[in-house]
Amino acid sequence: MNKNMIITGLIIFVLAVLSPFWFNIITTIEAAPKPELLGNAKEEKKCVLEKYDMRANHPSLLDEWRDSVVRDSDRQYKAANGHTFEMSLSTGKNSCLGCHEDKAKFCDSCHTYASVDPYCWECHTNPKEIK
Amino acid sequence: MNQKYLIPLTTVFLLFLVAYTGVEGAGLHQVFGIFIPYLAVLAFLAGFVYKVLGWASSAVPFRIPTTCGQQKSLPWIKQNCIDNPDTSTGVLLRMVLEIFLFRSLFRNTKAAFNKNESNTLSYSWEIFLWLGALAFHYSFLVVILRHFRFFTSPVPSCLKFLEYMDGIVQLGLPGLFISGAVLLLATLFLLARRVLDAKVTYISQAADYFPLFLIIGIAASGLSMRYFTKVDIVGIKTLTMGLVTFSPIIPEGVGGLFYAHLFLVSILFAYFPASKLMHLGGIFLSPTRNMANNTRAKRHVNPWNYDVKTHTYEEYEDHFREKMIEAGLPVDKEE
Repeated sequence: MNKNMIITGLIIFVLAVLSPFWFNIITTIEAAPKPELLGNAKEEKKCVLEKYDMRANHPSLLDEWRDSVVRDSDRQYKAANGHTFEMSLSTGKNSCLGCHEDKAKFCDSCHTYASVDPYCWECHTNPKEIK
Repeated sequence: MNQKYLIPLTTVFLLFLVAYTGVEGAGLHQVFGIFIPYLAVLAFLAGFVYKVLGWASSAVPFRIPTTCGQQKSLPWIKQNCIDNPDTSTGVLLRMVLEIFLFRSLFRNTKAAFNKNESNTLSYSWEIFLWLGALAFHYSFLVVILRHFRFFTSPVPSCLKFLEYMDGIVQLGLPGLFISGAVLLLATLFLLARRVLDAKVTYISQAADYFPLFLIIGIAASGLSMRYFTKVDIVGIKTLTMGLVTFSPIIPEGVGGLFYAHLFLVSILFAYFPASKLMHLGGIFLSPTRNMANNTRAKRHVNPWNYDVKTHTYEEYEDHFREKMIEAGLPVDKEE
């Protein structure tokens, strides 16, 4: 192998390793979404889990809810803060989307940011869209 | 128990604990989240470049390709163009197949005594190292590429497609990524091979076990965060995006496990250039693979040759002609 080839390969490798740095310089960055409480959620100020617990654990919570509702028809969830909630993603005032009204802000902004594509909406519908 | 794997195992445990307790107990988020990752990338690049430049400047005076087939010879003898290449096209093909398919591992054999009465030593084809190596390298590649979702915003569609293909089995919640599971299983297999096969244990050093334990630790902590203990992924992405845009922020609510994962990755990066893992660069530079076997067709002069003072027969005769004629010895030129 001659030296020019080695140096060329080495430069390509270094550029590839540094790609996360220069890629964000040449493209415009979409900033991290800032969660905000809107509509009912703003007034209620109580939810099924604590803030950071919710951010990390809501997928598994929803998974448990689904099993509980579909298999045991048990729709009551007693939260750690003492309140009881209706286990529902999108139906009724007491459901997730009944309180957090804006799906685009409440669900999609973070999911898009983290490149997560949950299949909730293959069965459920956004209540705002039924009209 | 064998100290050659006990010491690396303990080291990886300690490294994990250092980061975990450092963050959870001492609150050193800045150190483990910002300072050490930057340092690790610097060490990785500087070490890698230093190593490769060192190899590039060392002399390769001889053609030493390993030959695994018939050399180019007389026209009616069929040459093996890939395993004994005499052109740069053949060499390129050989290198591509070696780098992407690990052909030399495919030829792996094992020696063992027959288990019947004859008890003779026989060699047989052993494919599992090749399979394990392929599974490990490709799953690790996919895992690394998938992690670019933490360093790009918005995430490019090719990465989303990769995630879609990797999670196509739609198993469990969050959906299982095949590459992560394969990575952990393949490293465990490669470890089991070193530990359980006595002949491989005999030639295994601490430097062979350490990267294995390190990668197992990285894979296990990563899988744990995704499937079992859960983390605030948006918080983590603000940290990683902060790192690559040189405006690092420490997010709230991200626990010690993430920092331990990040620390083990940093150790892997920093350790990389000093270890056997440098075969990443070395495979391209191995003279037994990247040279054409054309020594019969082309003259290769040793670049180390210095100018040797020669004294040819003509010069000798010029020097001693009169004395030779006097003594009656035959000479080429009478004058």
